[in-house]
Amino acid sequence: MSNRYADRSHVVKIIFIVVGVLFVGRLAMLQLFNPKYRELAKLQSLRNVTQYPARGFIYDRHGALLVHNEAVYDLMVVPRMIKDFDTAYFCESVGITREDFNERMTKARKYSPYAASIFMKQISKEEYAKFENKMFRFKGFYISQRTLRIYDRPIAAQVLGYVGEVNQADLDRDTYYRQGDYIGKSGLEKSYEEVLRGVKGKKIMHVDVHNREVGPYRNGEFDTLPVEGYNLYTTLDADLQAYAEELMANKRGCVVALEPSTGEVLAMVSAPTYDPNLLVGRIRGENYNRLNSDIAKPMLNRALMGQYPPGSIFKVAQSMVALDLGVITPGTGFVCDKSLVGCHNHPSARSVQEAIKMSCNPYYYQVYRRVIQQGKYKSIYKDSQYGLTVWREYMLRFGFGQKLDIDLPKGGLSTGNIPDTAYYNRWYGKERWAFSTIYSNSIGQGEVTVVPIQMANLAAIVANRGYYITPHVVRYYGPDSLCDERYREHHETGIKPEYFDIAAAGMYDVVHTAGGTARRAYVDGLDVCGKTGTAENFGNDHSVFICFAPKNDPKIALAVYVENAQGGGGTWAAPIAGLLVEKYINGEVKRKDVEKMYKEINPCQKLPLTRRVKKKK
Amino acid sequence: MYQERLKIDWLSVALWAVLMLFGWMNIYSATYNEGHAALFDLKTFHGKQLLWMGVTVLMAVLILFSEPRFFSNGAYPIYAVVMALLVVTLFLAVTVNGGKSWIEIGGFRFQPSEFAKFATALALAKYMSAIDIDWKQLHTKVIALVLVAIPAGLVFLQHDTGSALVFVAFVFPLFREGLSGGILVVGAVAVVLFILALLVNKYILLGALALVAVFYLFVWLNKRSAKDYWRALGVLVVCAAFIFSVDFVFNHVLESHQRERIDVLLGKTEDLRGSGYNVHQSKIAIGSGGLIGKGYLHGTLTKADFVPEQHTDFIFCTVGEEWGWLGSSVVVVLYIVLLVRLVNMAERQRSTFSRFYGYSVASILFIHLFVNVGMVLGLVPVIGIPLPFFSYGGSSLLAFTILLFIFIRLDATKNQLY
Repeated sequence: MSNRYADRSHVVKIIFIVVGVLFVGRLAMLQLFNPKYRELAKLQSLRNVTQYPARGFIYDRHGALLVHNEAVYDLMVVPRMIKDFDTAYFCESVGITREDFNERMTKARKYSPYAASIFMKQISKEEYAKFENKMFRFKGFYISQRTLRIYDRPIAAQVLGYVGEVNQADLDRDTYYRQGDYIGKSGLEKSYEEVLRGVKGKKIMHVDVHNREVGPYRNGEFDTLPVEGYNLYTTLDADLQAYAEELMANKRGCVVALEPSTGEVLAMVSAPTYDPNLLVGRIRGENYNRLNSDIAKPMLNRALMGQYPPGSIFKVAQSMVALDLGVITPGTGFVCDKSLVGCHNHPSARSVQEAIKMSCNPYYYQVYRRVIQQGKYKSIYKDSQYGLTVWREYMLRFGFGQKLDIDLPKGGLSTGNIPDTAYYNRWYGKERWAFSTIYSNSIGQGEVTVVPIQMANLAAIVANRGYYITPHVVRYYGPDSLCDERYREHHETGIKPEYFDIAAAGMYDVVHTAGGTARRAYVDGLDVCGKTGTAENFGNDHSVFICFAPKNDPKIALAVYVENAQGGGGTWAAPIAGLLVEKYINGEVKRKDVEKMYKEINPCQKLPLTRRVKKKK
Repeated sequence: MYQERLKIDWLSVALWAVLMLFGWMNIYSATYNEGHAALFDLKTFHGKQLLWMGVTVLMAVLILFSEPRFFSNGAYPIYAVVMALLVVTLFLAVTVNGGKSWIEIGGFRFQPSEFAKFATALALAKYMSAIDIDWKQLHTKVIALVLVAIPAGLVFLQHDTGSALVFVAFVFPLFREGLSGGILVVGAVAVVLFILALLVNKYILLGALALVAVFYLFVWLNKRSAKDYWRALGVLVVCAAFIFSVDFVFNHVLESHQRERIDVLLGKTEDLRGSGYNVHQSKIAIGSGGLIGKGYLHGTLTKADFVPEQHTDFIFCTVGEEWGWLGSSVVVVLYIVLLVRLVNMAERQRSTFSRFYGYSVASILFIHLFVNVGMVLGLVPVIGIPLPFFSYGGSSLLAFTILLFIFIRLDATKNQLY
């Protein structure tokens, strides 16, 4: 029977060959004539891995480092890849307890057994060094490096700001960011975000089905390197800043120091403050909540956000406006008539210079009446409307009542209030108010509020004898950038420099002559010119002082504001300002006893005031 | 006794060696990892496979130098031993991927079902070569069927449906020995009807079949006898019964994952994350290869675990991705050449035993090729059986090599009668 069916071998062979042809045909269909699968393949097997650029550093005006980056390490784990694992040895090496280990492991497993997740966040270089050489024993674990901001000195927290993870609004606004990226949240970190962040690099990696990277695509042919962020060269004087913060310890308030000729911010303190390193790394969340819920609001930059009644420092501006309007002359005198408005005991002022020196309230009552009611209209109401409009125009030219265009986040900036006619119309009705309704403005009380940076700016205007340059914190950045155009422009008040000479002379007298209100701001040989203010409010009076020094060719203009200090501007703010001037111009403070006293004293011990928050070790 | 010189068929040996080595290259690529590029590392798949290849080559040499009479005389004992192993496996199996076909001895796992193939082939060949065999007699058919059904049933009980299916391969040698060709036709018609029954409305299908019967009777046949009418009616009734039993089989006999795989294949469901995942990924990987492929070790998908069971049942994906249409076609052609060669070799045998065994070898390899590559290409539902010589796995490599080399050894001294 063997060969009866020999022909059937052909049937079998034909079946084999037909299947072979079928397969080759099917392969051709999939591989040659159907681009669909090739496209799908690309989508799924490659992943763009972002390479983060180093964030730019921040320097002070003398080149001292304020902010830099430091490497920290995230310990990553891929649970499924753990092999031959000695848990006890691992826990001991990394320095965690067994319970802690189990908890973290459960979390990682829950996230994904295959994909890498963070096992331990932000391990410092020192901690990592302790188990770096043992890492090879921990299969399934690996280290991922990232950088953290390090603030070299614990100063200028509110100015420098902090960096945090992007939120949904950031993601929606700017496609540069991806979930989990870091972004400047406040201060310079925010306003110069685009300068500091640099340009991300891109790496194309092969990934497997569990999203693990298995190697570079085409040996990195299409990869781009990250470009480091630019460094910021700020105008801050780190030493002055630190010194000002020390002086403002145990107090609430703020200090703004400017260089009048350039508008550069030398120091900006908001007290109470905090160590900016608190908002970095693993401890950030906890500290953020603590700082954020602190009733003393340490994260608030009072120098930009605070809106205070200016008190008597406003009289300097009032004098200039009145002189320019011609409603008074430099020699105009008014009797100190306390029936108009309260005043302290002093001889009547016989000139503008004396009025500034003695800070006579009735004098400015009279001056302001002449400004508001210039007699252009018969109706005092209409007349007051006209007067207020003119006056407000002037005040805006002083930088009041508007956001100064400083290079810090606009959201963290207040306008202050220079009321306009609409404002009073809303309160009292149209033509239902006149000078007598608003006279409190004359002495910097009432509806007028001013932001501390605007006060410092006022000092700078007098120092410059009539103009200011918008205050700014950054001089330049990157290799060859120049200072922004808007920070070279002179903003003129349009008032004659001679009038400002009078103001300067008055302010000189405030510090230097008998009867001046701020003798405590005196610094030997520095010709400090200042003006005190005592702003009434619901609690204890705020103590205000603005000054500049020296009188000719001024180097520094200052505003010091101490909230709820018992005693006037001369008692608290003025001596602090004096010490700062001395520190800045002379480089060191000789009056150690005074320095010690103001560092330690708490002017408002009755109020709950949190202590300066120290970094937790 | 006259000692014939060994005339080894070097073409089959060469094809075997090429397929095995190329298979290993692809296993290396599929499990390749730059960190652990060492060739011989027993922790890696390619390292283990290399070890198995060594064992396999030793075994091949051993078989070539063995006495062929051992296989013909030992056919039944070998069969008995392997069947016993299969029974033992049912009780001692380690569960791997839901199957219970593995037993573990001293840290080494192997799959007795792989060895059942050549054991059955030997036993059936032995039975069919008996001088007094008469294929016309019913008991011959029954005994032959039982010889195949025992291992197939045992393997099926191990939840290894794929390997059980392989025993269908014996249809080809039996066909060659005189089994009615109708069985192939009936089998083919049954598969087509099964698929159509799942896809098309059953009554429409039945109507179409009736039309075919009418066409057959009144157009095709010139003369019709009463017998023709009855035959046509009978076939129609059987088909109808089959069609209506499909639903029952589909819903009650098949397991849910098997149902899903068939649904996916027929395009009734598109579940790219679930049961359709493997095949979809596999098609992507192969499709992305294009004409010449991405180059050896440059596959992006297969290297990265996108295709599950990459190194075992889906190893052909790696070929498709890295070697493209040209490379994968060459592999298919190599297999077909080997199969045709084996059939030709079988035909030149003087003994029925050798011829039957030769056909068995070709057929078993063919079923594996058909099911495995068909699955990878999305032509056959997902059935997990390895690609001979190619897939990762010591048991299968060793078993296929034994299967093949016994035949090469028989062929080497084909003029002797066993």
